[in-house]
Amino acid sequence: MARKRSLIDACLTPKSEVPAGLRYAVSTLTWLVVIGLWSLATYGGFMKDIFLPSPSAVIGAFFRLFEDGTLQQHIWASLQVVVIGFLISSLIAVPLGLLMGTFRVVQAGLEPLVNFIRYLPVTSFVPLFILWIGIGIEQRIMVIFFGTFFQQLVMIADVSRGVSKDLLNASYTLGASRRDALLHVLTPAALPGIVDTLRITMGWAWTYLVVAELVAASSGLGYISMKAMRGFQVDVIFLAIAVIGLLGLFTDTVFRLVRLRLVPWAN
Amino acid sequence: MSVVQLQRETSPANAGIGSATSGAGATEPRLRIKDVRLEYSTRGKNVVAIDNISIDVPDNQFAVIVGPSGCGKSSLLYLVAGLAEPTSGEILLGDEEVDGPGPDRGMVFQSYTLFPWLTVRENVEFGLKRRRMPAKQREEIVNRYLNETGLAAFHDAYPKQLSGGMMQRVAIARALANDPKILLMDEPFGALDSQTRNSMQKLLLRVWEENRKTVLFVTHDIDEAILLGDRIYVMTARPGRLKEEIIVPIPRPRSMDMVMDAEFIAVKRRILDLLKNEIKDDEH
Ligand SMILES: Nc1ncnc2c1ncn2[C@@H]1O[C@H](COP(=O)(O)OP(=O)(O)O)[C@@H](O)[C@H]1O
Ligand SMILES: [Mg+2]
Repeated sequence: MARKRSLIDACLTPKSEVPAGLRYAVSTLTWLVVIGLWSLATYGGFMKDIFLPSPSAVIGAFFRLFEDGTLQQHIWASLQVVVIGFLISSLIAVPLGLLMGTFRVVQAGLEPLVNFIRYLPVTSFVPLFILWIGIGIEQRIMVIFFGTFFQQLVMIADVSRGVSKDLLNASYTLGASRRDALLHVLTPAALPGIVDTLRITMGWAWTYLVVAELVAASSGLGYISMKAMRGFQVDVIFLAIAVIGLLGLFTDTVFRLVRLRLVPWAN
Repeated sequence: MSVVQLQRETSPANAGIGSATSGAGATEPRLRIKDVRLEYSTRGKNVVAIDNISIDVPDNQFAVIVGPSGCGKSSLLYLVAGLAEPTSGEILLGDEEVDGPGPDRGMVFQSYTLFPWLTVRENVEFGLKRRRMPAKQREEIVNRYLNETGLAAFHDAYPKQLSGGMMQRVAIARALANDPKILLMDEPFGALDSQTRNSMQKLLLRVWEENRKTVLFVTHDIDEAILLGDRIYVMTARPGRLKEEIIVPIPRPRSMDMVMDAEFIAVKRRILDLLKNEIKDDEH
């Protein structure tokens, strides 16, 4: 009676595994469908090319901007803003978040304020930042920082609150001091959660980039889209979007690898 | 509380039955729990978890606490460990009052508490490192306890690669490596399947024979209590009080076969009687 379950069964059973080959095939298919529809709409003449550029137009834009070096220059400008803003934010949010999740006093002091600021839209602060710090790179870094910092703080506090108290208790019965418990138990126990938080908020940092560069900037991927809009160069807008997506994918992969290397025991 | 003499119920050939007061050869009590009471207050309501318990555990004794679930067994161990404070009463280890946790009271927890980012060896080493013991000396001690608990082959493994029984073995080795004055064990085998539990009991008996460290062991498994313990403290249902102290008249070294012996069954019957009343008391 032991009938081997069919592939269709496996596909329809919740959380059931399917062969890797099938997974890759389906992923590829999704992309083919998207690109196919896009090609149909543009080459088939259903959409005007000033609204929707064809795939070849976007690739053409890529080579045009790549050959004269402007694309690299703008990618570098954007990367700088995102990475610096994200680093400053993380360097403060990780230790502060750990303290916030560990010490009730710190939590009581910070949580109400942080939860208030966290729900304010970053965009509403852009005029204020411009007024305060001008339109240089600092202003854009500030937008990234403001967008990620408070989210990181709350998420990392949650991670540290989630560390089992029994783990800390066990360390005390082994002779750990409070300092030992913080450095040698709480922090390593929170590390996988910290890396995950950084990975997620890095994605958000990329989304704030465009907000930062749309309003006041003279370089960056958001800036070239803005400029392209004025010149009706839809292909360049599409290119900028695609490049931001690819950069996001790249940093996400970096974080996935970091997690594998840094906390192999948690996988 | 009363101390039971089991003489009447056991065969006359076995005269090794003692009591707490007549415990011949027992040294001065090392662990003294004096009139300890513990109340938890949650959302304004006070819950009495432990209601005036006094226990003396002499040196080098294997003491077991049995009682129905929720009667405050874990709470009592946490108090001895210094991880919680009694509402009133005091706990003395030797001449010193317990004030906060310390490495002189090692603990094996009910839940798995190995540090998942450390290998088996590093887990066992944790306490010694906190004491800044030189690496060479550390390695010697760690190797000794890894061998005693049969973990030598797994010293490089991470906890997630181990079974539940193995993890508790590491936890025992980790606590013993610190050479505590007393070892506290909170239902350490409670989550294991019965076969693994039996082999862990055997291992613990063997390790204990080698070290003869004072142990305070909590369980709700009566066979386990009798097999391991020199004396058994039976607790009432909540609020936890001490109902009876039973001196187990079974000679050492102990083995699994003894569960069929007359003395064993006599002690078991006595404890079952005591707990049966408890469960009834608890039902209405
Ligand atoms: N932190 C706590 N806060 C409030 N009540 C608690 C707490 N810990 C335990 N209790 C209560 O105290 C009683 C004894 O608990 P516990 O010591 O865990 O019992 P046992 O280990 O014998 O099952 C239980 O009724 C439990 O609900
Ligand atoms: Mg318990």
